[in-house]
Amino acid sequence: MSLASAAAMPIEMRARWFAIAVVLVAAVALPFVTSGYQTFQLSQVVVYAVALLGLNLLTGVNGQISLGHGAFFAIGGYAAAILIVKLHVPYAFAIPIAGVVCFVAGFLFGLPALRLGGLYLALATFALAMATPQLLKFKAFDAYTGGVQGLLLTKPQAPLGLPLTRDQWLYLLCLAFAAPLFWAASNLVHSRIGRALIAIRDHPIAAETMGVDAALYKTTTFGVSAAYTGVAGALMSLIVGFVSPDSFGLFLSLSFVVGIVVGGLASIPGVVVGAVFIEFIPNIADSIADVFGESAKAMPWAIYGLLLILIMYAAPSGAAGAGRKLVAAVARLRRA
Amino acid sequence: MISRRAILKAGGAGAAALAMRPWPSLAANAPGVTDTEIKIGQTMPYSGPASAYGVIGRTEAAYFKMINEQGGVNGRKINLISLDDGYSPPKTVEQIRRLVEQEQVAFTFNTLGTAPNSAIRDYLNENKVPQLFVSTGASKFGDYKHYPWTMGYNPSYQTEARIYAKHIQSTKPNAKIGVLYQNDDFGKDYLIGLKDVFGDKYGAMVVKEASYETSEPTVDSQIIDLQSSGADTFLIAATPKFAAQALRKAYDVGWKPLEYLTNVSYSVGAVLKPAGLEKCVGALTGAYGKEPTDPTWKDDPGIAGWREFMNKYMAGASQTDNNIVYGYGAAITMVQVLKQCGADLSRERIMKEAANLKDFEVPVLLPGMKLNTSPTNYNPIRQMQLAKFDGQSWVLFGDLIQA
Repeated sequence: MSLASAAAMPIEMRARWFAIAVVLVAAVALPFVTSGYQTFQLSQVVVYAVALLGLNLLTGVNGQISLGHGAFFAIGGYAAAILIVKLHVPYAFAIPIAGVVCFVAGFLFGLPALRLGGLYLALATFALAMATPQLLKFKAFDAYTGGVQGLLLTKPQAPLGLPLTRDQWLYLLCLAFAAPLFWAASNLVHSRIGRALIAIRDHPIAAETMGVDAALYKTTTFGVSAAYTGVAGALMSLIVGFVSPDSFGLFLSLSFVVGIVVGGLASIPGVVVGAVFIEFIPNIADSIADVFGESAKAMPWAIYGLLLILIMYAAPSGAAGAGRKLVAAVARLRRA
Repeated sequence: MISRRAILKAGGAGAAALAMRPWPSLAANAPGVTDTEIKIGQTMPYSGPASAYGVIGRTEAAYFKMINEQGGVNGRKINLISLDDGYSPPKTVEQIRRLVEQEQVAFTFNTLGTAPNSAIRDYLNENKVPQLFVSTGASKFGDYKHYPWTMGYNPSYQTEARIYAKHIQSTKPNAKIGVLYQNDDFGKDYLIGLKDVFGDKYGAMVVKEASYETSEPTVDSQIIDLQSSGADTFLIAATPKFAAQALRKAYDVGWKPLEYLTNVSYSVGAVLKPAGLEKCVGALTGAYGKEPTDPTWKDDPGIAGWREFMNKYMAGASQTDNNIVYGYGAAITMVQVLKQCGADLSRERIMKEAANLKDFEVPVLLPGMKLNTSPTNYNPIRQMQLAKFDGQSWVLFGDLIQA
C-alpha cells in the first residue's frame, strides 16, 4: 500500500502541475470568450478570491477568527485610490503599496489581538468592520478620502497599445497579482512556517513547547492576511472605478467569512469556490426570487440564506471537504 | 463599454425596423427598444441600510404596469428591470453593467442614492446611456456640461437652501442665522445654497455653523453653541433622528429662533412627534409634493388618481408613505418624456426630450408647480412652497418660490 502510493507520487505531482497549468491557461483565455460585463464579474471573482485567501490564512490556517476583513479591504481600496487620485502614483505601484499599508495596519491590529482569543477576537474585529465606514467619513480626512462623496478613479487602458478592452486588461491585471499571491500562499502553508501556524491553531501550548514563537507568528500572519485583503481592495477600487464608505459595509466582512466557510477552511483552491459563491449566488437568488413576481423583491436574501444552509448541510466542510470526499470515494471505487 | 456585438445588434434592430416600417427612420432606436417594448433599467436598495426606499422601485414598476394595461406609450409597453444593489456602489456598478450590456436596456431611470449614482455616472456617460431622473438630492447630478447623459429629478438640497435663503432675505433681512448641518455632502449642500443667495453677506448673516457626525448620539452641545451665538434664525439640515433632537433641545433650553427644517425631515410621524408636537409649532419647511395625509388634498384630483392607482396596483401598501407618492410622480414624468419621443427612441432623442420638458405638471406635486428642463438645465424641480407647522400638520402659505 505504502509502496504503491510512493510509486504513484511523481505521477500525482505531474498531474497536479498539469492541473495548475490548465487552470491558468483557462483563466487567461476566459476574458476572450466572455462579454465585457462577464469579464467584469470574473475580475470581481479574482479579487474576492485574493481577499478570501488572506482571510483564510488567518482564520483557516492560523485559527484567528476575523469578522472584520472588510476593514482591510477598505484600507487597501482607499490607499490605492488616494495614491492614484491625490498623489498621482501609477496604479501598478499603488496596488503593492496598498498591500504594504495593510500589512502594517494588520500587524498593528494583531498586537492587541494577541490578548484576545477565539470569539473575543471575532468581536474585536467585528467592531473594526463596524467602525470603518464611519472613520472613512471623518472630517479631518475629508481632503484625502473625499468624505461621503468618495473618490472616482479613471479606469486604466491597456498599456503599450495592446489590443485589449479595458475590462480584459483589468481582469488580466487582477490575475497577474493573484497568481503570485496564490503561489506564495501555497508555499507558505506547505512550509515549516505553515506547519507552525497550523500547530498554533490546533494546540497553542504544544506549539510553544516546540519552540514556536506564537506571538510573532500570530501578528505576522495578521499582517500578511491584511496585506492580501488590502491588495484585493486596491484591485477592487481599480475595477469598480469608485470608492466610498458605502462600498465597505458590514455585510462585506460577513460575505468574506461566508466565502471561506463555503470554500473550505484552510483550503487554498477552496477560496476560488468561495469567491464564485459570493459573486454569483446573490444574483442567482435574485433571479429565483423574480420567479415569484414583483412582491418578492425582499426575498432574495431569504433564498440566499436557504441556499447557504443547503450547501452547508450537503458539504459541512465546504467545497474543499466535498472535493476530498469525492476523491476518496473514487479511490475506494477503484480499489473495490 | 458597449461590446461591438451590442452595437451590431442595435444596428440590426434599427435596420429591421426600417425594413418593416413604411416611413423612414433616421437614428437607430436604442437597444432594448422593439416595436412592442421599451426595456429600461434601474437599481434600488431592496436590501441593506436604505431598503425603506425600495418601495419607490416597486411603485414605478406598478405604475408602468398600469400604463401598459392602458396600451403603453405610443404602442410600446414599458418593461422596467429593477435590480437590488443593497446601496453598495460596487454592486450598483455590476448591476448597471448587467442592465446595459446583458439585458440591453435603453436607459436607466431613477436609480437611487448619491453614492450608487456617483459610481455609475462615468460609465453611463462614456457609453452615452441616459441616466435619467436620478433619485437623490445631491446637486452634482445636474452637471449638464460634464455629464450630458445624467439628469437629476429631486429639488436639490442646494435648491432648497436657496429657497430658504430667499425667504429670509425678503422677510427678515437682518436675520442672524445659525445652521446645524450633517457633516457630509447632504448637509454641506445647504451651506452652498445659502452662500449662493447671500454672496459676500454670508459672513454677516450666518453667525454660526455647527456640524455633527451621524455617529454622534445627540446634537445637544451643538444646540447650546448655536443658542449662545445669538442666532435668531435656525436652519436644521439634519436627518430625521437628529432633526427631532434639535427641535426638542432648542425648545427645552428656551431658545426661540425662527426654524427652517429641511424637507428631508419634515415627517410629522417620524420627526415632529418624537420631538414633541408643541415644541415644533411655527417651524417652516419647503414642500414640493402633496402630502397624502394632508386634509387639504382630500378632494384633490391628483391625489384621488393616486389613490385609485394605489387601490388597484399597490393594494396593501401604505397610503401614507411619501416615497410612494414620489415614485408615482417620477414615473409619470418618465412616461411624459417617452411620449414626447414619439416613434424615434434613439438614446439621443430620449436624452433630448428629457431635456425638453416644458411646464410639465405632475398631479401629485403642488398646484402650480411646473417641471422645466433644457439643454442647460438638468434640474427639473426648482420650485417649492413654504409650509408652517401649526401643531398638527404643515400648512402651506405664500407663493411658490423659484430657486
